[in-house]
Amino acid sequence: MIRLESVTKMYKTSTRPALDRVSVNIERGEFVFLIGPSGSGKSTFLRLLLREDVPTKGTITVADLDVAKLPRRRVPRLRQRIGCVFQDFRLLSNKTVGGNVAFALEVIGKPPQTVRKIVPEVLELVGLEGKAERLPHELSGGEQQRVAIARAFANRPMVLLADEPTGNLDPDTSQDIMLLLERINRTGTTVLMATHDHSIVDSMRRRVVELSMGKLVRDDVRGVYGVGR
Amino acid sequence: MRTDFVVREVVTGLRRNVTMTVAMVLTTAISLALVGTGLLAVRTIDRTERLYSDRVEVQVALTADISSADTDCSQAVCSRLKATLQNSPLVSSVRFESQQQAYERYLQLFKGQSLADVVRPQSLPATLRVKLNDPEAGAQAVHEAMVGQVGVRNVIDQRDVVAKLFDFLSGVRNLTFAVAVVQAIAALLLISNTVQVSAFTRRVEVGVMRLVGATRWYTQFPFLIEAVVTGVVGAVIASLGILVGKFLFIDDLLSGIVSNGVIPPIEVGDVLWVSPILLMIGAGVAAVTGYVTLRLYVRL
Repeated sequence: MIRLESVTKMYKTSTRPALDRVSVNIERGEFVFLIGPSGSGKSTFLRLLLREDVPTKGTITVADLDVAKLPRRRVPRLRQRIGCVFQDFRLLSNKTVGGNVAFALEVIGKPPQTVRKIVPEVLELVGLEGKAERLPHELSGGEQQRVAIARAFANRPMVLLADEPTGNLDPDTSQDIMLLLERINRTGTTVLMATHDHSIVDSMRRRVVELSMGKLVRDDVRGVYGVGR
Repeated sequence: MRTDFVVREVVTGLRRNVTMTVAMVLTTAISLALVGTGLLAVRTIDRTERLYSDRVEVQVALTADISSADTDCSQAVCSRLKATLQNSPLVSSVRFESQQQAYERYLQLFKGQSLADVVRPQSLPATLRVKLNDPEAGAQAVHEAMVGQVGVRNVIDQRDVVAKLFDFLSGVRNLTFAVAVVQAIAALLLISNTVQVSAFTRRVEVGVMRLVGATRWYTQFPFLIEAVVTGVVGAVIASLGILVGKFLFIDDLLSGIVSNGVIPPIEVGDVLWVSPILLMIGAGVAAVTGYVTLRLYVRL
């Protein structure tokens, strides 16, 4: 589902590569943690998958698309196959919960009747039934992240990328979010989550890919955060 | 493309920057109104030119002795000149106006004015009034054929007189176009700036759109339509402005020369002729400006 082959990314402003010959293969339906300290290359990794940037060397395949060679006009097709969740939620503050989810479907051209059908379904899935008319600021942090996850998942992406999704949340709420991501993973969606959260990684015992200084330093099938350090 | 989505985005965008939107609409309207005025001037010039090409004659004034001796162009000198003119293919007709007739017309023209009293028939020349098939080449040919001939005092091309009027009208046209260009540059910059501001205020939306895989069209179309709406509204205001201006100012201003038949009046129809042009210019320019701005200055 996600395959990197000897991917190197150099930024002009830096002498050290942000990613240095990284090769990873993530299968369909896997749940993978991407860990490493700040500046280790996690964000670059995710940006490359989304084609926010192109690798200096190497090939990247996501959801059967050759990401680096993808012509500009096909990039939307790639992104429609990937859902994204961030630490800062990135909700539209002037739109309701339902409006936020609907927006993501509308802008990729889904017909109104489809949108009307999907929005309540996906809100129920993330446990926000009955809150469709609320505005984001009326929700707790955990609930806001659920909206963001609902939005990312509404189009049933093949891959869900989560960049520190629990970074702004307390441990209990984080746990709820992880349960939700697991549930989404069980629907067959590949989940790749970049995180600093030791306890989550340790408790979930899922595959762990660790980056350090741009290099892949660990790839454990059932890892914990601290091992090898 | 879902129209309800685009409409909603555009309305939100325009409302969010309402002061900017108003400024943009007004600037566009003023510049388009000036372009419209220029176009009306061009149209009036063209029409006046046509009007005069039908009416304008070349006058061959005869010398004083011939003028007083010959009252009906029956004598040798005058009839030979007349025949020469009539034989030219460029000439459509030649009419003789005797001293007496010229005097009567003069009295008519200056009726009630002191000038009418000082002139005697003897001080006016008899003329051969030549209507031309081809005003341009004809006037030249008549001039060449007649100047220096026995019995000819001088040749007057009425177009030389009319040319002054045309110069004036062209001046009006050039001035309005020049101001319109300056104003248009201001409008362009405003549109460009507004698109940038609009894109900035909606960067979160646009970010989400990009992320969930909206195509370029979806992300950019609302901004383009916003610009185009401004252009169109500007053009509508400009057209209404010209219409109001016609009734309030232009009609009054031109009433004298229009009623004298010097220039044709500017009709409502002329304004209706200009409006769609302004509409197209407004929409087109706004769309192009918006597109270029999005491509060059906004990363969507």
